[in-house]
Amino acid sequence: MIRDITIGQYYPAESRIHRLDPRVKIICTLLFLVSLFIQNSLLGYVIATVFLGVVIRLSKVPLKYIVKGLKPIVILLLFTVVMNLFLTQGGERLVHFWIFTITENGLRTSVFMAVRLMYLVAGSSIMTFTTSPNGLTDGMEKLLHPLNKVNVPVHEVAMMMSIALRFIPILLEETDKIMKAQMARGADFESGNIIQRAKAMIPILVPLFVSAFRRANDLAMAMEARCYHGGEGRTKMKPLKYKARDRMAYIFTVFYLILIFVVGRFVDFKLWIF
Amino acid sequence: MSIALEHVNYVYSPGTAYEKQALRDVSLEIPQGQFVGIIGHTGSGKSTLIQHLNGLTRATSGRILYEGRNIYDEGYDMRWLRSQVGLVFQYPEHQLFEVDVLSDVCFGPKNQGLTQEECEKRAKEALNLVGFPEKYYKQSPFELSGGQKRRVAIAGVLAMRPKVLVLDEPTAGLDPKGRDEILDQVERLHKETGMTVILVSHSMEDVAKYVERIIVMNRGGKMLDGTPGEVFRHYKELEEVGLAAPQVTYVMHDLKERGFDLSPDATTIEEAADEIMRSLA
Repeated sequence: MIRDITIGQYYPAESRIHRLDPRVKIICTLLFLVSLFIQNSLLGYVIATVFLGVVIRLSKVPLKYIVKGLKPIVILLLFTVVMNLFLTQGGERLVHFWIFTITENGLRTSVFMAVRLMYLVAGSSIMTFTTSPNGLTDGMEKLLHPLNKVNVPVHEVAMMMSIALRFIPILLEETDKIMKAQMARGADFESGNIIQRAKAMIPILVPLFVSAFRRANDLAMAMEARCYHGGEGRTKMKPLKYKARDRMAYIFTVFYLILIFVVGRFVDFKLWIF
Repeated sequence: MSIALEHVNYVYSPGTAYEKQALRDVSLEIPQGQFVGIIGHTGSGKSTLIQHLNGLTRATSGRILYEGRNIYDEGYDMRWLRSQVGLVFQYPEHQLFEVDVLSDVCFGPKNQGLTQEECEKRAKEALNLVGFPEKYYKQSPFELSGGQKRRVAIAGVLAMRPKVLVLDEPTAGLDPKGRDEILDQVERLHKETGMTVILVSHSMEDVAKYVERIIVMNRGGKMLDGTPGEVFRHYKELEEVGLAAPQVTYVMHDLKERGFDLSPDATTIEEAADEIMRSLA
């Protein structure tokens, strides 16, 4: 049941995207997100779709997974679409009844907004699907390294992030186990009103907190036993190094960015109202 | 009065990268009152198997009958089943949550809808059965030692008065003394109450001494099923799948090979000693 959450999860596979340096994936994802905002034209979205499609294909992550990752934003998506549809005015009126009016601009904005939001989530989930949590924090740490000069504890923050990420699946599994153990003792989490249900959570939450603290304690002890003392003078077993394929990926993405910028801005192509 | 599994299959996370068949066509029957050991390597499917017995995990295919009724039938009362088939998980002390020992043990009976008085009566009875000292009833369960915590957790299941008690690795993480105490207690329980006890373990030595029947699981399937003597006769096959027979089995087989006239089926040191004495006499 709880295992089925996909957002922010790593999908193990052997692909060109998986093998890229995590820094490349972080920066290219950011560039992709930027690219969605520097233009607002049909052709621009077509180019973004092609880019996203190619990346998904290369990553070997099943499309089903990415679509599943969109589920949590469905409500936000609907809200945005409805709001834009009725509240954005301008252009020719398309539909009008009672106090509701849908205009050309409204339809246009709401469709583009929806696509933009979905691509935002899909683009970033491709990054998390193809990069292990450790890879991600390694990449972040290296990218943010310059901030060390202004006294930002980059290494510590990165370590905290990787520990937090590492513990998500562990605690999920633990929750699953505790739930089952309490169900074996006749606990019921499905029926009753909201207060009864909240009360029914106590037998899960207390053991879960206890176990989280116990694990944190054990981990701290294990780290100290290995003489961990923070980032100073610490070297990596596998330092990140750009390879030819990483440079290719940068070139590919920058080329895409320029293309979408130029096309979005200077090519005037319209299909009906879009 | 028994549990029966018919061609049970179970697949984890079907249709994803993590898909894994945890149980393969498992069929078995456990009559009421039997003391059974389920043995297998880590990942052999033994924990998954026992979670089917009280309906916590639903088989992908196959049927499970409790006292002759299919538990997957529409409208089957799963909560009743769970009070009949008490399942004690691995490291059961991780499920403790109440402010004191007695109320924690009361959790099960309370969920059965019993009165406070009846709950406490059953809780005390259960704590008594596992040999938990009365002076600690009002103590926080988090302040107890590992072995005592485990007793409390086992009592938490016993308080529901199940007809079948399933224990998943009840000795994991305990020292030899704690291990023997818990297992002796379980054996006494089986004798005194006559309930079915299913003991899951990866240690042959632990189990051989107590159970009347051993089921060996390997890669999700049932590999061997019989009395300890019968099962340990296959000690070479057991070794191939990473399990071992008790030390005495090896001694007995070696003796037999060297010309001693004895039956190598002894499973405990006492039996072995008797058998050797007999052959020497």
